[in-house]
Amino acid sequence: MKKERFLIPLLLILIWQGLSSLQVIPSYKLPSPIEIVLGFKDLLMVGVPPGHLLHNHILYSLYRVALGYAIAALLAIPLGLLMGWSPVLLRMIRPLFELVRPIPPLAWIPIAILWFGIGIKSAAFIIFLGAFFPILLNTISGVLSIHPILIEAARTLHAREKDIFLKVLLPGAVPSVFVGMRIGIGIGWMTLVAAEFTGVKEGYGLGYMIMTARDIQRPDEILAGMLVIGVIGLLIDIGLRAVELRMIRWR
Amino acid sequence: MTLEFLGISKTFAGKNSGESVHVLENIQHRIENGRFVSIIGPSGCGKTTLLRIIAGLEKASSGSVLLDGKELVQGTEEVGLVFQEYALFPWRTTLQNIEMGLEIRGVNKDKRRSTAMEYIKTFNLSGFENRYPRELSGGMQQRVAIARTLIMNPRVVLMDEPFGSLDSQTRNSMQEFLLGIWQKRTDTILFVTHNVDEAVFLSDEIIVFSKRPARIIKILKIEYPRPRDRTSEECNHGRRNVLKILEEEMKRKESVHENRRDIL
Ligand SMILES: Nc1ncnc2c1ncn2[C@@H]1O[C@H](COP(=O)(O)OP(=O)(O)O)[C@@H](O)[C@H]1O
Ligand SMILES: [Mg+2]
Repeated sequence: MKKERFLIPLLLILIWQGLSSLQVIPSYKLPSPIEIVLGFKDLLMVGVPPGHLLHNHILYSLYRVALGYAIAALLAIPLGLLMGWSPVLLRMIRPLFELVRPIPPLAWIPIAILWFGIGIKSAAFIIFLGAFFPILLNTISGVLSIHPILIEAARTLHAREKDIFLKVLLPGAVPSVFVGMRIGIGIGWMTLVAAEFTGVKEGYGLGYMIMTARDIQRPDEILAGMLVIGVIGLLIDIGLRAVELRMIRWR
Repeated sequence: MTLEFLGISKTFAGKNSGESVHVLENIQHRIENGRFVSIIGPSGCGKTTLLRIIAGLEKASSGSVLLDGKELVQGTEEVGLVFQEYALFPWRTTLQNIEMGLEIRGVNKDKRRSTAMEYIKTFNLSGFENRYPRELSGGMQQRVAIARTLIMNPRVVLMDEPFGSLDSQTRNSMQEFLLGIWQKRTDTILFVTHNVDEAVFLSDEIIVFSKRPARIIKILKIEYPRPRDRTSEECNHGRRNVLKILEEEMKRKESVHENRRDIL
């Protein structure tokens, strides 16, 4: 570990704590680092609202993301493979997606609530929208990037269309699919928290948690919650990257 | 298996009805079973195109290919092609690349693994079975590509400048290796090269192509006994023959240009 990586952050935290202790920074606007750590402890032990403990907020958020993300990946990867494989299909479907894609996922919240009501389905739908397009587009470009000679090589080994699809297009597109999956999960995680701002029926979720902390005037808990969101996002990306590195060792 | 070309011609239609490219002109020839035949000719004349037509990757504009007297069926298991660019699947290991065809054929895992391991041994790839193509040298990649084709037991093996990008040392040893493999089998080999030395060392017969559109300008039988000595008087004689024909072909084009200049 290189020690200098921690030097600047540590220094800033010390200065921040110093300014807070001297009351230069008002604690009701920006709590000190120590207060945030204590807020974190409260999130863990007391809960916001009381009794709703942090780990349950995390589980509900992960559940919503997992649901929306899984549906996005399960639809986007096969569809992307098909669209990359068939120029006709690509030409037919692309205009539709080009139209829908620029709409920010969060702009779908009102219609999602109208369609699915407040609850897991709405949230999952928003995450689905955020994750779907990056996965789809990267899968398509992954297929298109496969050198045609590899498809011909498979044909000279008497591959049928099914073999070409499963043994050439799919594995050849994997690196690009992973790029899409990582972008997708990033966007999904971001949209989740915003989607939870609009309300959750179950009373759990990290976005819901920090909005509740605002309602009860606990900036320490807000900031502790934000850090938790950031750290989980980072861990997800690290996890996915580890899987990716195993899958594309051949590169 | 005999391989026969009946008046094969090929013209590529130009894109957007632009100018079309006439590549093969009335290729007519019969290759006897079990022969090692090379095609040599100027680059861009249409050698690869002919192999692609035989392999079913391209359609002839006219004419046909016969295998043992019967019209070639597209995708037949009788023909195998080794690509000039190796075309190995980069996400598959040596073993998995060699197994690919058997996998497609539906051979069960144990059987195809044991067959592939035999090829790995024969092709001096032991110890590299779990490496990916990018981890292999050019010579090894070429051996994987050849093994991947031969494991399917094609009766006609097409090879497109397989040793073109190897250094001359590796190239020589690959040539000897290929002859060793071929002499144990009964395949007919059609081997494209632009290397006269290679053609003379390997072949029973050399087909010399003209510039594009490719016509057969000469068929040379090389009947020296094997194993051949590259430096022998016979091989030198064979090389001189082929070179002379190729040089004349080049001159023919130049004189066309000169004539044109005269007209202008
Ligand atoms: N699909 C294609 N469309 C148009 N022209 C092509 C196509 N494939 C090959 N050609 C042209 O045909 C000619 C012969 O190509 P090729 O058979 O690869 O030559 P060689 O293998 O003898 O060097 C070249 O001029 C090439 O540009
Ligand atoms: Mg060629």
